Amino acid sequence: MNIRRIGLGLMTSALVAFAAPAYAVTEIQWWHAMTGGNNDIVNKLAAEFNASQPDYKVVPTFKGSYPETMNAGIAAFRAGSAPHIIQVFEVGTATMMSATGAIKPVHVLMKEANEPFDPKAYLPAITGYYSTSKGDMLSFPFNSSSMVMWVNLEELKKAGVAEIPKTWPEVFDAAKKLKAAGHTTCGFSNAWASWAHIEQFSAWHNVPIGTKANGLDGFDTELKFNSPLHVKHLQNLMDLQKDKTYDYSGRASASESRFASGECAIFLTSSGYYATAKGTAKFEFTSAPMPYYPDVAGAPQNSIIGGASLWVMGGKKADEYKGIAKFFAFLSDTNRQAKLHQESGYLPITKAAYEKTKADGFYDKNPTLQTPLKELTNKEPTENSRGLRFGNMVQMRDLWAEEIEAALAGQKTAQQALDSAVSRGNAMLRTFEKTAK
Amino acid sequence: MEKTVVFRHKLLPYLLLLPQLVIILVFFYWPAVQAVWQSFLREDAFGLTSEFVGFENYQALFAQPEYYKSILTTAVFSSLVAALSLSIALLFATQADKNLKAAPAYKTFLIWPYAVAPAIAGVLWIFMFHPSLGTLARPLRLMGLDWNPLLNGNHAMTLVVMAAVWKQISYNFLFFLAGLQSIPKSVIEASAIDGAGPLRRFWTIIFPLLSPTTFFLLVVNVVYVFFDTFGIIDAVTGGGPAGSTTTMVYKVYSDGRLGGDLGGSAVQSVVLMVIVIALTAIQFRYIERKVQY
Repeated sequence: MNIRRIGLGLMTSALVAFAAPAYAVTEIQWWHAMTGGNNDIVNKLAAEFNASQPDYKVVPTFKGSYPETMNAGIAAFRAGSAPHIIQVFEVGTATMMSATGAIKPVHVLMKEANEPFDPKAYLPAITGYYSTSKGDMLSFPFNSSSMVMWVNLEELKKAGVAEIPKTWPEVFDAAKKLKAAGHTTCGFSNAWASWAHIEQFSAWHNVPIGTKANGLDGFDTELKFNSPLHVKHLQNLMDLQKDKTYDYSGRASASESRFASGECAIFLTSSGYYATAKGTAKFEFTSAPMPYYPDVAGAPQNSIIGGASLWVMGGKKADEYKGIAKFFAFLSDTNRQAKLHQESGYLPITKAAYEKTKADGFYDKNPTLQTPLKELTNKEPTENSRGLRFGNMVQMRDLWAEEIEAALAGQKTAQQALDSAVSRGNAMLRTFEKTAK
Repeated sequence: MEKTVVFRHKLLPYLLLLPQLVIILVFFYWPAVQAVWQSFLREDAFGLTSEFVGFENYQALFAQPEYYKSILTTAVFSSLVAALSLSIALLFATQADKNLKAAPAYKTFLIWPYAVAPAIAGVLWIFMFHPSLGTLARPLRLMGLDWNPLLNGNHAMTLVVMAAVWKQISYNFLFFLAGLQSIPKSVIEASAIDGAGPLRRFWTIIFPLLSPTTFFLLVVNVVYVFFDTFGIIDAVTGGGPAGSTTTMVYKVYSDGRLGGDLGGSAVQSVVLMVIVIALTAIQFRYIERKVQY
């Protein structure tokens, strides 16, 4: 009996699924990697868009972590069943843009669909990452963040640190004091090892990660982050790791809870950590700009973004592209962007939304949300701080972290580790260059 | 006059075998051939361009010092997991085979971990042994052990070995228990009457009679550690720190999926395939001779 009923249920739902296109609504598949509160935001955005017009229906589908979503998209493309929109994290940018034919550049999409689209309306610090060297936007920035330093104000006060440290030497001092005041397992730490100590560190000090404007100007780029400054920084971390004044927290964000639990009172991670910190930390905290070495001329420069953008896949129908263009125009709306920014903690992508949030006085009440924007717009971006674009970056980040781990574990010297990260990375870049002609 | 019935139809046996043959061809030989073919190609992640490059992928792989390291890691990892999971399971099986009050309950509980998916098993072990979140990492630290699998390669290896062993014990336990129960009690009793103690009985009677089971499990376990432990490693360490838990199969995944280098990844699959075929052949050729069925 029951089985028959289940079978009937399945059949009806199958029928409903088949019947859906009969409404003449064009469906737009959107694969994303947003979890928790951000997942709700994605669903809400799609629902609002679907309610705002009768012709198109955006269907969001959660596909797992960032790498998983990207791999699912690539696999689906190879099988001929790619979604229309796929959310790809920033390090997948080079892989996506090299896939000419597999993707539809956003600037082409908007032009063909005759949707209002002014590239200058977007914050250049954000769109620069996803544009060609000529400034043509390739993918649509969705959730952007940058790296900031989260500080536990109560613990800092207890340890006798009067001011929030601004430079690396000040951070080291503060960490020593924190350690003396009882934080024996962690003076300071960070998530995203490679992003923090190689990518952001280089941009913030205006030194190159690689040649050719960190790969933005061509795939024949070579890595350069084994400079004396990088070596000095890694050496400092290695010295402090010995007694846990600095304590390594892994390659990704799994250890962010060390901040909210109070274990690490100074913690560098994404500004997108805001929502979680607000929900879980039971103490007064704030975010501050990343530290820098004061003896480096011109530091701090500006930070680079992280997060993800929406890529439009190629080979779809003109009508579907029209719908996608409408959806992107919908997302760019100033009020919607401002609200999205204020709710999620991710950065606004248009200048107007940033100005509106400022004018509303939102940052007076929530200064933490302005920190990443201040970092990104600190100075006019240079060759070294516009962004980065390296092929195989997903795996390369792991490779760099591997070498940092080897140094922190005392298996290699700082110079050896960075040399090895550079040479192994270069080998990967050459493989990528051969496939991405 | 012949009593046995003989089917004279020549095609019939093949027809009857056909479903099985088709399954083997489609699910085993076809992918294997694909992997071999792919290993000679250079392709971008999307499969838009494809170029025949001969043995270039092989040369690139064997020029990587990291690859040799991953072979060594695999050797250490698989011997540890196979040895530990087999011996612990055997110990449990012999204990559970005794006349205990709640023996069925023990047996049931011991089988449970097998029903846990590798990735879940990995996450469970993270929760217990994560340096800052782990419930069991704290006592370790209080005992003065600087437990840190995020940086210490040996700690990370210990952690994945424990998780992989824990996961496999149930399976081995089940087969050992069945093997033990099929040993005639009379043989054991006879030796007991002859004055053999429990240990002597085990090594001279039980262990040799169990050898077919042990041999079967050895083969299965080697295949398990080579391929199925991937989920645990991915969840617990992601191959780190500094590549100290990157086994060969994890590197296949990392290069192919994360790196989008399908050619390089296919080469590694081919090497892995050759190694496992060789290992199994050796096991059947040399160890099976010592097995008493």
